[in-house]
Amino acid sequence: MTRGDSILAPAPLIDGRLSPRQLDDDIYRPLESFPTFRWWIAISITGSLAGLFAFCLYFTVSRGIGMWGNNQPVGWAFDITNFVFWIGIGHAGTLISAILYVLRQTWRTSISRFSEAMTLFAVFIALQFPLFHTGRPWQAVFWLIPFPNDMSVYQNFRSPLEWDVFAVGTYGLVSLMFWYTGLLPDLATARDRARSSLARFLYGLASLGWSGSARAWRHYEKAYILFAGLATALVISVHSVVSFDFAVAVLHGWHSTIFPPYFVAGAIFSGFAMVASLVLILRKMFRLQHIVTLSHVELMNKIIIATSLMVAYAYAMEVFMSWYSGFGPEWFQTVTRATGPYAWAYWTTIACNIVAPQFLWLRRVRRSPWLTYPIVIAVNVGMWLERFVIIVVGLHRDSLPSSWGMFFPTWVDIGLLAGSFGVFLTLVLLFCRFLPTVASTELKAVTAER
Amino acid sequence: MDNVAVKPIGVVGLFDSPDALLGAARRFREAGARRWDCHTPYPVHGLDDAMGLKPTRLAWVTIPAAFLGLLAAVALTGGLSVIQYPIRIGGKPLFSWQAFVPIFFELFVLFACVSTMIAIIVFCRLGRWHSPLHDSDVMKHITCDRFAVAVQTGGEGEMSDADVRRILEQCGCSEIRPLVECEE
Repeated sequence: MTRGDSILAPAPLIDGRLSPRQLDDDIYRPLESFPTFRWWIAISITGSLAGLFAFCLYFTVSRGIGMWGNNQPVGWAFDITNFVFWIGIGHAGTLISAILYVLRQTWRTSISRFSEAMTLFAVFIALQFPLFHTGRPWQAVFWLIPFPNDMSVYQNFRSPLEWDVFAVGTYGLVSLMFWYTGLLPDLATARDRARSSLARFLYGLASLGWSGSARAWRHYEKAYILFAGLATALVISVHSVVSFDFAVAVLHGWHSTIFPPYFVAGAIFSGFAMVASLVLILRKMFRLQHIVTLSHVELMNKIIIATSLMVAYAYAMEVFMSWYSGFGPEWFQTVTRATGPYAWAYWTTIACNIVAPQFLWLRRVRRSPWLTYPIVIAVNVGMWLERFVIIVVGLHRDSLPSSWGMFFPTWVDIGLLAGSFGVFLTLVLLFCRFLPTVASTELKAVTAER
Repeated sequence: MDNVAVKPIGVVGLFDSPDALLGAARRFREAGARRWDCHTPYPVHGLDDAMGLKPTRLAWVTIPAAFLGLLAAVALTGGLSVIQYPIRIGGKPLFSWQAFVPIFFELFVLFACVSTMIAIIVFCRLGRWHSPLHDSDVMKHITCDRFAVAVQTGGEGEMSDADVRRILEQCGCSEIRPLVECEE
């Protein structure tokens, strides 16, 4: 959009005019050419980090979860912080693919496929943390899912942790199906473009024999809108349920009705920051700058600033309600957050999540990848710390001063956190190499409609 | 591939624009074509009407499945908390349905989505990895940028090859090919 345009003018889809064939050539190029040197460098770094993740999980299982730093009184720490963080990252993908679809925001097409894939990887990583916190992940199926057993012992469905199992499990499966449905026609394109017979066979298998038939399209379009509608409700429910892990607990600083909307806004905020921080690199790496344009970056930045303000409102309301309640222990929690031993984390959160995004009010910053990048990284850091503050500060000083304590992460904790990024980025790089990162079919449809 | 016999079963016409395809679809519908379909790189609006296709009944699968999921969730939580493993927690009723609402909702969505996924595969007849369009070597155009009408001919009460070709030519078809099927 240039300066003179109406703010109501539809956002541009791509830069310039590309024929469908040129679009395909650009989008499928990474699949059809040998990976670049940069790709190999990137995947060797992320792959090593993923190895660290596997090693730390092995260590956790073989030596026990005592390898982690959490202990009384801080019984939950990095594990659930990472869990909430990664689930939140996933939410941007669903927002882009489902909510923006329902709202007919066609600009989402350039980034939707990639963000959906990001959702899947993030949910997969998030699940590892609670699973390994059980200590015996191979037995966890009996503990988490109502599974007929000899003892006739079943789950407590009143527990938010059990709600989590259903919410996150459903979310993971639905995201997978939604993503795969969207991918079907693109897989068919990849099949028909493939030069090697192995690629043709594999893409052909994955595309389920899609032939673009008009009879199929009419079912397909209906299914897509149904998926989008269901996923819209689902995404809001999932992070609400995740926030219930805390909100339903009887603990000062956690027991709060503001948590569900606050968590959902925070999830979208952090998710968009993650989409932006990856897309900014990948559009350059795979030469897609004309498809994922600066206007897309700007629009993402606008959503980041909007959600940043929602999060700021939630932070302010949390403080206000704790004061307004007139309840001593509640107010004590608030004061401890801002002045206690973890005050550094609280103020870093404020700086990263509320102060840093304010620079995005400037159009020059919004449209500059170099200036946007530090901001979105700050938001990622800030959102991770926000969960850390909620969880650890809430636990480390309860009502009885004799049971106060501190949490210090071990190297395994830090290894798992760093390693989770390695797994995530490795999956992202593999995705970009083997599957189309842009929804080419949908992009052709929306550009033709224009 | 050398030993494969090729049997012509109809005609396929390729168009460069969706509008030309719409015109051709209307003509074939009026001409009473039987085994025919249009193939497009992306969904073309108005093609359903032009071809005379009925609206999809996919929602008839999704909605009942969603409510089945809701019912399953009530049965699961209620059955396990009241009959199979009744434990009083916090003095609450055994069937404290308010606390089960998240599970009701999640299974509602899960059943709806799984059934929709299965329904697409069945309704769109996916999972058949081979079609005459591949044999006729037109699929690579369809999944890229061209729009095709494939009409099978020669059956009882069906149009003849010549009729199909005539309509295609009148509708501004850019390329006409025989629709073939490979035989082992």
